[in-house]
Amino acid sequence: MTLNDVQNGLAAQGYIADERLAMALHLAQALGRPLLLEGPAGVGKTEVAKAIAAWRDTRLIRLQCYEGLDASHAIYEWNYQRQLLAIRASEAQGGVGEAQLFSDDYLLKRPLLEAISEKEPPVLLIDEIDRADEEFEAYLLEILSDFQITIPELGTIKARVRPIVILTANGTRDLSDALRRRCLYSFLDYPSKEAEMAILQARMPEIEGLLARQIIGVVQALRKEDLEKTPGIAEMLDWAAALSGLGVNDLAKSRDKVQATLVCLLKTAVDYDAAPPEVMDRLIGKVA
Amino acid sequence: MQVTRFPSRASGLSDRMSGFIAHLRMNGLRVGPKETEDALAALSAVEATDADQARQALCALLAGDAEDWRRFDELFDAYWFNAGKQRTGLAQNTHVRVQSAKPMIWQSLERDTKDAQTDTAQEASTPDSGDGEAEGMDGKLIATRTANLSRRDLREMMDEQALKQAEAAAFRIASAIRDRRSRRRKKAQRGPVLDMRRIQRASLARGGEPMDLYHRARPPRPMRIVALCDVSGSMTVYSRVFLAFLKGLIGSGTDADAYLFHTRLMRVTDALRDHDTLRAAGRLSLMAEGFGGGTDISGSLESFLNGYGARALNGRTIVLILSDGYCSSEPEALGAVLARIRRKARRIVWLNPLKGWDRYEPVAAAMQAAQPHLDAHLPANTLEALAALEPQFRKL
Repeated sequence: MTLNDVQNGLAAQGYIADERLAMALHLAQALGRPLLLEGPAGVGKTEVAKAIAAWRDTRLIRLQCYEGLDASHAIYEWNYQRQLLAIRASEAQGGVGEAQLFSDDYLLKRPLLEAISEKEPPVLLIDEIDRADEEFEAYLLEILSDFQITIPELGTIKARVRPIVILTANGTRDLSDALRRRCLYSFLDYPSKEAEMAILQARMPEIEGLLARQIIGVVQALRKEDLEKTPGIAEMLDWAAALSGLGVNDLAKSRDKVQATLVCLLKTAVDYDAAPPEVMDRLIGKVA
Repeated sequence: MQVTRFPSRASGLSDRMSGFIAHLRMNGLRVGPKETEDALAALSAVEATDADQARQALCALLAGDAEDWRRFDELFDAYWFNAGKQRTGLAQNTHVRVQSAKPMIWQSLERDTKDAQTDTAQEASTPDSGDGEAEGMDGKLIATRTANLSRRDLREMMDEQALKQAEAAAFRIASAIRDRRSRRRKKAQRGPVLDMRRIQRASLARGGEPMDLYHRARPPRPMRIVALCDVSGSMTVYSRVFLAFLKGLIGSGTDADAYLFHTRLMRVTDALRDHDTLRAAGRLSLMAEGFGGGTDISGSLESFLNGYGARALNGRTIVLILSDGYCSSEPEALGAVLARIRRKARRIVWLNPLKGWDRYEPVAAAMQAAQPHLDAHLPANTLEALAALEPQFRKL
C-alpha cells in the first residue's frame, strides 16, 4: 500500500485528506503505531476514523472518553451475574471450578479489549482522550505500545492483528509525554479555500458552482472574524445542507434565509450578535 | 534556533539520522535513540528519496505536539539542506521543558558585559521584544512619573530579603486558597463514609451479598490562580517584587499560571519554575524592563482570553491582575473584556500598587471602567500590604 492508495481510498469515502495527514495515516498502518490527531473542533478528526473504517471495510470500535472513565468501562469487566448463576446452577452437581468461572465466557469485553481480540484489524477510535483522567492514559500505555492487555485472572492477551488506532484530542488539558511518545502525531487545521471546496464538492455534489464558492468564501471570511467559536468544516457542511434544503441558489439574493440559517455556523449568542446582517452583507459582497 | 551543521564526513544514513535527532533534541523536541530507530523504519515505509515524503513522514513520527509540528519544516530544512540561520523574532516556546532549550531566556544574564553585542541579539530573539522596543532600559519615563513619590514602598525594596518576603506572601496566599474541599461527597477508593447506595447496588451482582465496599469522600477542589502581571514602563519599578510574588504563586503547589503583559502577552509559568528566586526574578524583570513602554491592558487581556483563556479559566479560577491601570487603550474595551473574563472565572482581583498611596482615587479612566467588574481592588504597594492579602483571599 502506498501513500496514494491512502489518499485515494479516503477520497472514495468522501474524505479529502491533505498530504501530511495521508502520510501520517500511511505510516500509522505501515509501522503499526497509533496516531494522535489534534486540532480545533470540527475539522474532521473523528471523521478520519470513520472514513478509514469504511475504506478498509472493517469495524470501527469507538471509545468516547469522559471524565471518570475507568478500566471497567474501557477494557473489560467480569460478568458477576453470570458467574453467580453458574455457581448456583452447578451447586447440585458439586460446584464449578474457579478456572471455569474466570474464563472467556464470563468476560465482558469493553472497546479496548474488543479491539485487540478481533480477527480482522479494526479501526479503534479513542475520541477526545484529553477528557479522560490522567490515570486512564496510563492504562492506555500498555495497549498502545505492545497491543496487549493484562488480565490478572487470565494472563496477558496479545492482539492477533494490530488495530489501526486513532486518538483525538483538542486541548482540554495537556497529554502526558509518555502517551505522545508512543503515537504518531498530526495536527489538523482549518482547510485552505481549495481544500474546503474539494470537501464540499465531495460531500455535496448537488451544490452548484456559484453557491459553493459563496459558501466557502463566507465561511473562510467568518473564520478571520473575532469569534468565540470558529465554525469548522462540520458547521460549513451543515450550513450548506441547510441552504440547499431551502432552495437557495445565490446568497446575495436570499439574504433573509442566510440570516436565518446562520444558527448552523454560529454557536454562541455573542457570535450571533457579532454577525448582524450588515456584517454578512459585507462578507457576501466580498465573495460575490 | 540552534543550528547544526552537517558533519563534513558522516558515514551513512543512520549516522546522519542520529545527527538529525540530536539537532531536534537541541531545539527542544523530546526525542531520543528510540526515535532514531523508528525514523529509519519510517523512511523505509515511504519513498525516502522524495524529500517531501521524507519530511512529512518524519514530521508525523517525531513531532510531539502542535508547536513541534509547526516548527518541524524549519528544523528539517536547517539540518538536511543546511538552511539554518539564527532567526530573530523566533517565537520562544514557553512549553519547552528540555534543559538545552532554556538558554534562550536565561543567556542574557549569564554572560558578562563583554558579550554585550550578543546580548542584544539574544534579547531580540526572545518573545515580545519586538523591534525598537528594547530601548526602554534606562527607565527615564518611569522616573518622571514616580519622582514625586516620597513614601518608601516596594520600589526601593529590591534586595534579596524583600524578594523572599514577597515570595513567602504569595505562598501563603496560594496556600490559603489551595486546601479546599468540595461540599459534595463523591465515590472514592478510601473515605470516611460508606456509600450504602452503591454497595447495595453492587450487592445485586453478588446475589445480595454486600461483598464490595464503596466509600465516599469529599474530594479536594482547589482554586486555581491565573496571575497577569503588567510589566509596562509605569510598572517597571515594581516588576521585580511582583515577579517574585508570581514565582511564589507558581511554586506553591497550587495550580497556578502566570503571564506578563505590556502591549503584548507572554506566558511565563515555565520560566518561573526556576529554583533560584533571585535569579528568576532578576532575569525576568530585566526582560520585562527591556520591553517597558506603553500598556495595552485590554488588548493583552483579550489575547489572553482568546488564546490561553479556554484552558486557563474555569469556574474555580481566581484571576489576579497586577497593574496600575494606566492604559493606552480604550477604557470601554477593558470593561468589556473584564466582563467576558468574569463569565469564565470565579473571581477577578486587581492588585494595584498605586492604591496604597495616600489620597489615591481610581480616577484613571481604565480603572473606572474596570471597577464594576472586579470582586476586589486591593493595594499592593508594600510588603505588608501583600502579606495582608491572605485573609482577603481566604474569603474569596
